[in-house]
Amino acid sequence: MPSLKDLKNRIASVKATQKITKAMKMVAAAKLRRAQEAAEAARPYSQRMSAVLANIAQAVGQDDSAPRLMTGTGKDQVHLLVVCTAERGLCGGFNSQIARLARDHTRKLLASGKTVKIMCVGKKGFDILRREFASLIIDRVDLREVKRIGFSNADQIGRKVIGLFEKGEFDVCTLFYSEFKSVIAQIPTALQLVPASAPAAVADTTGATAIYDYEPDASAILGDLIPRNISVQIFRALLENVAGEMGAKMSAMDNATRNAGEMINKLTLNYNRQRQAQITKELIEIISGAEAL
Amino acid sequence: MADNFNFELVSPERLLVSGSVSEVVIPATEGEMTVMANHAPTMTTIKPGIVTVKFADGRKDRYVVFGGFADIVPTGCTLLAESAVHVDEFNRDDIARRVEAARADLSTATSDEQKFGIETYLSQLTTLQGAILPA
Repeated sequence: MPSLKDLKNRIASVKATQKITKAMKMVAAAKLRRAQEAAEAARPYSQRMSAVLANIAQAVGQDDSAPRLMTGTGKDQVHLLVVCTAERGLCGGFNSQIARLARDHTRKLLASGKTVKIMCVGKKGFDILRREFASLIIDRVDLREVKRIGFSNADQIGRKVIGLFEKGEFDVCTLFYSEFKSVIAQIPTALQLVPASAPAAVADTTGATAIYDYEPDASAILGDLIPRNISVQIFRALLENVAGEMGAKMSAMDNATRNAGEMINKLTLNYNRQRQAQITKELIEIISGAEAL
Repeated sequence: MADNFNFELVSPERLLVSGSVSEVVIPATEGEMTVMANHAPTMTTIKPGIVTVKFADGRKDRYVVFGGFADIVPTGCTLLAESAVHVDEFNRDDIARRVEAARADLSTATSDEQKFGIETYLSQLTTLQGAILPA
């Protein structure tokens, strides 16, 4: 049975923890809003990009001149998995969800005799995947120092991926990230980057199927566009991840705050009971002492 | 009086310009081009340079862009820039940094094709640098 003083100390410490989790929740909420704004601001670009891409892909068609990033190497022996996770924990199952999806995918590929290479973006995914696939991880990108994810961060990763592809290091590249559905729902997603699956041509009302002049020619533009599209997809994934992380953190911290509140209530009840018991005990002692006289 | 059309300047981070304009000069890879209303549908890549926008109300604005491409249809023009800033907000150190980075890339480039690409980019950058410096 803990003494009164112990109980008092415990209540104080839980209260301190509750204050911290509450503050973290508030910070996450503010960051979430900013991350959502950033994701929203980036949307027009990626939308137009895929519209244009669909357009050109149609024009070039299954031409032999189509860049290899789009058609692939014709094999699917070596897979590169780019796993994007958060840099910090304390956000519920957010990181482990992404890592689990990547892990299942890796196991499946390994079981069917493929070679797998993993590139980790973010510390948490690296920590989780290192346990099982330490030898498969060829690179990791650290974004811990980055306060606000800019396109240049994504572009760096994109360049790395393209550089590896040009060296013939892999045949298929898949990107793992978490799609931000809402504050409480983040869906871990796998997206194939290389060979680029051309977005389905969108039926455009502005008559986008009009005959275009290409300057320089269509395949040159496509060659310029595809690498850029990879960077854009990575950028979008990173932004969705940040928003998702903050959302997950917010709900995790909300839960933690509520749990701390429950704990405080329980401890306070306990404390009061014990105090009352002590008072009663002291009274009995006094009364029985007086009666004895 | 020239007709107006819709112009949008988008960078991955945000939408910079969206509105009705009468004339836009874009630095296409194969030379600058002026886009006006009812332009033939064209798709072009752009090089680092300055985009001059003349709004419907006669106001003029200039933006520095670094690579990207433009999608032109008779009723509008969309410029997807890899990175874009307003001329007034443009920081000269930024371009110097890009030149440095390109030079570093050049020294590590292996294939001739790569070298050629980077050298072209470098010369475009220096041209741009020269164009903005006196401003």
